[in-house]
Amino acid sequence: MAAYLFRRLVQSALILLGVSFITFVLLYVLPADPVRQIAGRSATQQTVENIRHQLGLDQPMLVQYARYLSGLVQGDMGRSYLQKTEVASLIAARLPASLLLMAGGIACELVIGLSLGVIAALWRGRALDQGLMVTSFVAVSAPQFVVGLLLLYVFAVQLGWFPIGGYGTFAHLVLPSIALGIMGSGWYSRMMRSAMVEVLRQDYIRTARAKGLTRARVILRHALPNAILPIIAMIGIDIGIFMGGMVVVESVFGWPGIGQLAWQAIQRVDIPIIMGVTLVSATAIVLGNLLADIVTPFIDPRIKLR
Amino acid sequence: MMKTLLTSTALVAALALPAAAQDYTPDPNATPGGMITVTYKDDVATLDPAIGYDWQNWSMIKSLFDGLMDYVPGTTELRPGLAESYEISDDGKTFTFTLRPGVKFHNGREMTAEDVKYSLDRVTTPATQSPGAGFFASIAGFDAISDGSADTLSGVEVVEPATVRITLSRPDATFLHVMALNFASIVPKEAVDEYGSDFGKHPVGTGAFKLDEWTIGQRLVFAKNEDFWREGVPYLDGVTFEVGQEPIVALLRLQQGEVDVPGDGIPPAKFQEVMGDPAQAARVVEGGQLHTGYITLNVGIAPLDKLEVREAINMAINKERITQIINGRAVPATQPLPPSMPGYTEGYDGYAYDPEGAKAKLAEAGLADGFTTELYVMNTDPNPRIAQAIQQDLKAIGVTAEIRSLAQANVIEAGGAGQAPMIWSGGMAWIADFPDPSNFYGPILGCAGAGEGGWNWSKFCDEGIDAMATEADSMTDPSAPERLKMWSDVYMKVMEEAPWVPVFNEQRYTMKSARMGGDDSLYVDPVSIPINYDYVYVTE
Repeated sequence: MAAYLFRRLVQSALILLGVSFITFVLLYVLPADPVRQIAGRSATQQTVENIRHQLGLDQPMLVQYARYLSGLVQGDMGRSYLQKTEVASLIAARLPASLLLMAGGIACELVIGLSLGVIAALWRGRALDQGLMVTSFVAVSAPQFVVGLLLLYVFAVQLGWFPIGGYGTFAHLVLPSIALGIMGSGWYSRMMRSAMVEVLRQDYIRTARAKGLTRARVILRHALPNAILPIIAMIGIDIGIFMGGMVVVESVFGWPGIGQLAWQAIQRVDIPIIMGVTLVSATAIVLGNLLADIVTPFIDPRIKLR
Repeated sequence: MMKTLLTSTALVAALALPAAAQDYTPDPNATPGGMITVTYKDDVATLDPAIGYDWQNWSMIKSLFDGLMDYVPGTTELRPGLAESYEISDDGKTFTFTLRPGVKFHNGREMTAEDVKYSLDRVTTPATQSPGAGFFASIAGFDAISDGSADTLSGVEVVEPATVRITLSRPDATFLHVMALNFASIVPKEAVDEYGSDFGKHPVGTGAFKLDEWTIGQRLVFAKNEDFWREGVPYLDGVTFEVGQEPIVALLRLQQGEVDVPGDGIPPAKFQEVMGDPAQAARVVEGGQLHTGYITLNVGIAPLDKLEVREAINMAINKERITQIINGRAVPATQPLPPSMPGYTEGYDGYAYDPEGAKAKLAEAGLADGFTTELYVMNTDPNPRIAQAIQQDLKAIGVTAEIRSLAQANVIEAGGAGQAPMIWSGGMAWIADFPDPSNFYGPILGCAGAGEGGWNWSKFCDEGIDAMATEADSMTDPSAPERLKMWSDVYMKVMEEAPWVPVFNEQRYTMKSARMGGDDSLYVDPVSIPINYDYVYVTE
């Protein structure tokens, strides 16, 4: 186990290094000059060259990358080109909001997805099942931007049950969590349905029924735990999907997370922020996958880590 | 901004303008008190007046800081700000400002001439990386400070604690406008030293409001500066800016009474709905703005290097139809300057829409069968739709334009590098930094902006016209009729060479809640965009 963990951590570090390099190269070859964004439209050539020199952007790409990395290992993610503030503090100020939203999204997709999946499995082949599966298909395909605005319009504007965007209380969290989690809930309902259908065919279920247990007890005590466990391990992978979805959901709901920060930085070619948010997201994804792999053998003893 | 050299001098008598001559009559109905809520989509990057150059922070900075000069609220008329009065020498090269006594920074210290010198040194020194440094190029010693050979502007001298003398290396008619720009705001050295690069998050100025709270990514709260040096204002106790709000969400919240002014305006998709509802339309203030949307025609790329071809394209574009694409939120343009800009040429009709005439012009150029070119455009709505309309108009005269729809930064890059034959300026169009006709020339039509990376995407450079522009700017009085006539001539000459198709001048539509009071002009203030926070008030 320890050897496995060590190997995986080294692998993770290499992946992050690769991500940082690829992102850096992409931003470098991007046909958009960050110095022009800083210098503004009225700048003289002299001003532009001064700024380029101060930021070290007149150096060869590999030198710039090496400088970035050496800062990074010392915990320095650089300063935003446009805000002039330290990237680490900008991300730190916004990370809690993003983590909260992610937790909300995961809770939402599990609650909605798993319960719908179980219902569909129990009524499999009937109209209810088919209806739920079509609904889940819509949920998977619906653009989050549209879902978000629809939720806002119906539940915040028309019904007034929730605040119209913003951050701060539990009520603020509900709609963005649904908007973020609804796509995942579509997936989970389908996976839960097939896992449940599979489990319900097993001999031990028949045995449980045969020894006279109630239908409810068989489903809740014997079928559900066995169907649900493999799915739990997938949450780690969801983190990656959520990182993308958060950019959209955060901007619709005015949620002050890192997705919003990244979106604005991309528009303005604020490279230190783009790099910082990319690395933080990549770290979350790598850790999520690692966690999923570590948890799996505890859930399913047939799988061993080597 | 102007890099040209002086070629002539204009002798103008010394001007001494007392502050009282241009004062603003306060609104007799204004009542003090109350907070308002303003929303923006994008977070505020910085409130450092030397750095901030965004849509949303421009007016915020105006309310936190002051410069030596200012504008009469709701107008483009200059008035003294932190300067109580000023004198201009006969040769137009020396400006002596007498500071207003008793003006205090938000930290309680009194502002002096030393602060003026420090602030101008700070904005021009390369270490500050100010996007506005170039505006100060006419101050003596600018070249030395920008190449690093000096650390102070030799042209700015402290004469007495309340008197500062600024010497220019050449007469500059726009200098007083420059001193009213945010970049020329007066900042206290001790606060800048204390916060360093984070001064933009901890602004200390002399303005009508001070920063009370800033929760990153969520809100900024401005509180009234009780010691503000202008009597009686601001009326509001404070302003809450909520950031990260989509314009469409902001509109919904305004309808619910949660928001007073959506800072990004009415979303295009909702415009007709709002204007079609009398109750909502009554709360929309319409005004002109110093904006022109245009198509650049790169004079360095064949066949756009031929005048007849550029004229033909000018005649081919149906500007009326393009303004309909944006729900009529603009007026068709005939020339580079917008109608509300001094120096605008009244009675000039520009190139009329005439596809047949355009075909004839193409035939004259030996291109009767048309040609193929590229049109670059920023990829956010409505710009790609406008580009398609342009494409259809060109198709009608036999010109095939392939649309290159890219992110803003990439279009700017292609334009600066001179790779783009045609660019539709939407989303990046010129909005004047200050209300003077020169601001539409140097960087976007003059030789100074035509170099690599410059904003003159036509790469149009006519030394004769440049000389005329320089001559106009060497006059001392920015609003002298002779000077405005010269600028009018400059733009007429430009139109003869047709490096642009001026398409439309966007109108501004500011929506406000029912409780907002104050003259309509404050809601479409040409300088404090979107609104002038210092003079508006609430009625309940």
